[in-house]
Amino acid sequence: MIDVVAQYRLEIQIEDDIVIVRRKARQLAQARKLDPFATAAITTAVSELTRNVLVHAGGGSVVLEEISDGERYGVRATFEDHGPGIANLELALAGGHSTSKTMGLGLSGSKRLADRFEVKTEKGVGTTVRIEKWQGL
Amino acid sequence: MIGTVPILKIGRTLLVSIQIELSDAVAEGMQNDVLAALERTNAKGIVVDISGFDTVDTYVARILAETAKMAKLMGARSVLVGMRPEVAATLVRMGYTMDDVQFALNLDEGLALLGHVIPR
Repeated sequence: MIDVVAQYRLEIQIEDDIVIVRRKARQLAQARKLDPFATAAITTAVSELTRNVLVHAGGGSVVLEEISDGERYGVRATFEDHGPGIANLELALAGGHSTSKTMGLGLSGSKRLADRFEVKTEKGVGTTVRIEKWQGL
Repeated sequence: MIGTVPILKIGRTLLVSIQIELSDAVAEGMQNDVLAALERTNAKGIVVDISGFDTVDTYVARILAETAKMAKLMGARSVLVGMRPEVAATLVRMGYTMDDVQFALNLDEGLALLGHVIPR
């Protein structure tokens, strides 16, 4: 059972929002005492996924949450866009196959950095990506 | 201008110490500024200090790697110094490699690598 301790919704519309969202993610990770490695992991993954929303869907939103399972705290980020969807999810998750000016490591890299990773995508409807990073055991 | 990255010249080396959170636009501006400074100053080496970064995403990493490659085409060697442990771990875990870039632990080591040792 995971409790949501606090929740923040941020819009992703312009390039400067990448810095704003990244900063908020870092702040939550530090406030919930994730170690520097976990903090860098969630902050970097959030940065990659925010840029993905902007580049591939032209914008969207993210919900950042401080979460707890009763023993540990964590940070969860849920990205939602109404863009074209990911045409080849398998390829995108394999990494290194950029379809735009990005490195092509956004989705695959974020998956590797996160403790939990979920993606739902539908052609013409949009994409939702959810990641979690927890305090170390 | 606020939000830009200062570029200092020491001997024939440019020192770029990034102490602010880089937006994509500022990162690209830094790239242009470094190359312009290279042309203006005839510097032979560039040391980029990233010890102020607790996060380097693949976009910023790409800009840094590209800048080093561009400087190389202009005849200057670049060294990235001061990468924090958590940043190194994050980049490797993501599968990002910066093959063409030289690294050093800190500013002293970076200057030494370029052959610009400052006597103590």
